[in-house]
Amino acid sequence: MASYSTNQFKPGLKIMLDGVPHNIVENEMVKPGKGQAFNRVRVRNLLTGRTIERTFKSGDSVEGADIVDMEMQYLYNDGSAWHFMNTSNFEQLQASNEAVADAGQWLKGQEMCSVTLFNGEPIAVSPPNFVILRITQTDPGVRGDTATGGTKPATMETGAVVRVPLFIEEGSLLKIDTRTGEYVSRAKEE
Amino acid sequence: MDWRPTAARPALLARAALLQQIRQHFGAAGVMEVDTPLLGLTGAADPALQSIAVPCADGTRYLQTSPEFAMKRLLAAGAGDIYQICKAFRGEEQSRLHRGEFTMLEFYRLGFDHHRLMDEVAQIVRFALPQRSLERLTVAALAARLACPDPHLADTATLADFARGEGAVLSPADAADRVLLLDFLLEHLVRLGLGSGQAAFLYDFPLEQRAYARVRPGAPPVAERFELIIDGVELANGYHEVTDAETQAALFAREAALRAARGLPPPLLDQQLLAALDSGLPPCAGVALGIDRLLMLALGATDLSPVMAFGRDLI
Repeated sequence: MASYSTNQFKPGLKIMLDGVPHNIVENEMVKPGKGQAFNRVRVRNLLTGRTIERTFKSGDSVEGADIVDMEMQYLYNDGSAWHFMNTSNFEQLQASNEAVADAGQWLKGQEMCSVTLFNGEPIAVSPPNFVILRITQTDPGVRGDTATGGTKPATMETGAVVRVPLFIEEGSLLKIDTRTGEYVSRAKEE
Repeated sequence: MDWRPTAARPALLARAALLQQIRQHFGAAGVMEVDTPLLGLTGAADPALQSIAVPCADGTRYLQTSPEFAMKRLLAAGAGDIYQICKAFRGEEQSRLHRGEFTMLEFYRLGFDHHRLMDEVAQIVRFALPQRSLERLTVAALAARLACPDPHLADTATLADFARGEGAVLSPADAADRVLLLDFLLEHLVRLGLGSGQAAFLYDFPLEQRAYARVRPGAPPVAERFELIIDGVELANGYHEVTDAETQAALFAREAALRAARGLPPPLLDQQLLAALDSGLPPCAGVALGIDRLLMLALGATDLSPVMAFGRDLI
């Protein structure tokens, strides 16, 4: 893997720190009066999601992290692992529960996801921005109430719980924004 | 093609007005404006500065990182109080607050110490920032205020532990480099204690950060150097100057050793400066002030581009 000098630092660059891949969120060159210049960076740990600050001596080099984002289709979950397939060569990969984390609540099968690979191993999964899911449980709808703006919880077929308007009925198909976890609209039956 | 200036006309006017006020101030005070070469035979000796080398027909020349050495030769030749407004060049990384070429005000006052010089710097800063009052505090006082290690007294291991605890990524060589660790501490102190909304002259530096400032004996001895920091931005750096050739030569040797330890190219020592000091530099204090940064603060900008005519051509 290539190494990067501090003058190549920029947001989005993936580097190795203490053996763990990190994503640079912010980078600023600072220089106290007349002295050594430093690069102050905020980096996000790609395994834990935690953000920390580090200061490098300007001119130092850091090893790059072998991080690749790949579009893969979600197949199924066998209880201990989540199975994804590369649709161009049909190769399959297994992602752990830790790697899939919150993304799992939106997946029922067939969705194209962005899988982040570190040294070829999945470490994170992003679901599609929008998914269409059926409600398996919610309180009975309040007919005609489309104006008051009230909401109620609804459990989706994947187990996710979403706040929906009061008029929505159990069994409905909904479009949901996975980035916010919010209801967008009703979806048509296929 | 984006050919337009990055500075709007009001910013250009503010720059012109500030330069005029500075010239008026020094004219009234009897300080002579001088004009020294920007291309020199030697580059900076300071390990933290990188000179830009220029290939010329008769050999390599260096764009000056400041007019300091040339102005000291004028002082040694009896020029009296002098000032210069010129371009200075640095080969280091560029940033929001750093450009490879920038405008510097440098001046020297005979018989001044660093405190009298701070008074005059404050007068000049007031032309651009009339509302700001400038505190004065020592580096040790700022460290104590922020419960950080005392930069004069802490041993190198303590400084390294402190830096690591604050997120510094240090190689074993870095952890033994006391100057580097003090630079880290200073950056930390400025960021925590003199950030947005703060304005202060920081003075009396540890000996390792004396640059070319005189040392005042005491317990601990301190370097009579100051930095003006406003809103976390370093605006000026001044010294009660070293005037004897022997001390200056020792400081050059120390910088050369530090360059070698850091794997940097050795500096070409300015022999003309040493010869000038040998013939006698009058007791004086001198300071360099960043005109672009002062304008940036005056106009409430957070980047140098809006105060430089063409602030983004090179970055």
